Amino acid sequence: MGTRTIIPFGPQHPVLPEPIHIDLVVEDEKVVEAVPSIGFIHRGLEKLVEKKDYIEYVYVAERICGICSFIHGQTYCQGIEEIMKIEIPTRAKYLRTIWGELSRIHSHLLWAGLMADAFGFESLFMHTWRVREQVLDLIEATTGGRVIFGSCKVGGARRDIPPEQMAWLLKELEVIEKEMRLIVDIFMNDNSVKHRLCGVGVISREDAILLGAVGPTLRGSGVADDMRLLKYAAFGELDFEPISKTDGDSYSRCAVRCSELFQSVDLIRQAAAKMPAGEIAVKVTGNPDGEFFSRVEQPRGEVVYYIKGNGTKNLTRFRARTPTFANVPPLVKMLAGCELADVPVLVLTIDPCISCTER
Amino acid sequence: MAFFQMKKMILAWTFRKPITTKYPFEPRKICPGSRGRLDIKISDCIFCTLCAKRCPTQALDVDRENKKWHIDRLRCISCGYCVEVCPKKCLNLTGDHGIPTVTKDMETF
Repeated sequence: MGTRTIIPFGPQHPVLPEPIHIDLVVEDEKVVEAVPSIGFIHRGLEKLVEKKDYIEYVYVAERICGICSFIHGQTYCQGIEEIMKIEIPTRAKYLRTIWGELSRIHSHLLWAGLMADAFGFESLFMHTWRVREQVLDLIEATTGGRVIFGSCKVGGARRDIPPEQMAWLLKELEVIEKEMRLIVDIFMNDNSVKHRLCGVGVISREDAILLGAVGPTLRGSGVADDMRLLKYAAFGELDFEPISKTDGDSYSRCAVRCSELFQSVDLIRQAAAKMPAGEIAVKVTGNPDGEFFSRVEQPRGEVVYYIKGNGTKNLTRFRARTPTFANVPPLVKMLAGCELADVPVLVLTIDPCISCTER
Repeated sequence: MAFFQMKKMILAWTFRKPITTKYPFEPRKICPGSRGRLDIKISDCIFCTLCAKRCPTQALDVDRENKKWHIDRLRCISCGYCVEVCPKKCLNLTGDHGIPTVTKDMETF
């Protein structure tokens, strides 16, 4: 047994685009303990509700995270609509579903690219992001923004997807799906990828539940739990089963995300086929009075918004529990006992979004 | 177990043109409907100040007396809320993202 050394990992680290700091207690090349510390980019968004009114705050909520921006906005709007008892048009629900799933595809592709980069497979990283770029083009054409969609508002959607554009979108999705199949085949079957992922960072079903894991981290451990089962937006009318894998290692978490790519494509096709014609937004009058917990499935897992209003245009309390925050305890558990070289892969395996976490 | 699963993709892309463009020498393809730079048709504007009131970043300033419309380009987030509320529909978001600025001046129309 060697002497214990503490190696600081982050907040500036080549593998991480965002600042998270972990103190790794190592013995020789083995990590025995990991102590995370967050809070480097706290922005005080929960205080900002006192300055921005509840309609303006949609723009702030969208900017909590650059990757799941649309779903943040959607979660916030759903909470406000629920408090104000607004029934949004069915077409708006379908539009939100389609944009939410497009954002899931681009988020998972982004993660896959970063993962490939983390285990040193640079060409795979470039090709994954090439495909992601095509998804971003679809998003830009339908919403007007590549990263910040800005198409969700309290009371419905801000933009419509006309039928001819929808036909074009579905045609483009077919091309993207073909490209994704090639990339997923590499992630799932290549020997060098498997060598880095199989059996690394195992987290059992019991531990995942006990530590409060969410999203693909939870589903990778065999728990088929997905907030889309709550039937928000149009998910109640679409046919889907949550994907789960039972191994609980990095490979099964990767497999869950890869399968979700195709699930999302399928959901977009279903939504496009079932989408009714009609209005996309209703007029909103009055101010929110009451409180609500809004829960939505983001690409990274379940996000919870607590919104409380007192009948004025400013909310009194706002709180966001983001998926990465819930996935930090499972990450600490995974890191204890791993090899030092596996740390970047393990940190990425929960798909960390630190801007989300620190709000 | 498959070794070097990526060979097919790499071989195919060896003989293709790069997907990246030579920006800024080659102009960026503008996507129709993209939310870019805010533009105003000042002849139609009635200076109602609705856009300035609703702007979430306070980037707009409307001078009713002197009939001037000011915008702080560095504050504008191109969200399109002003375009939505404009009663005369004289505001619109162009697809291009404008030229870089070096000063923090307000642009006046």
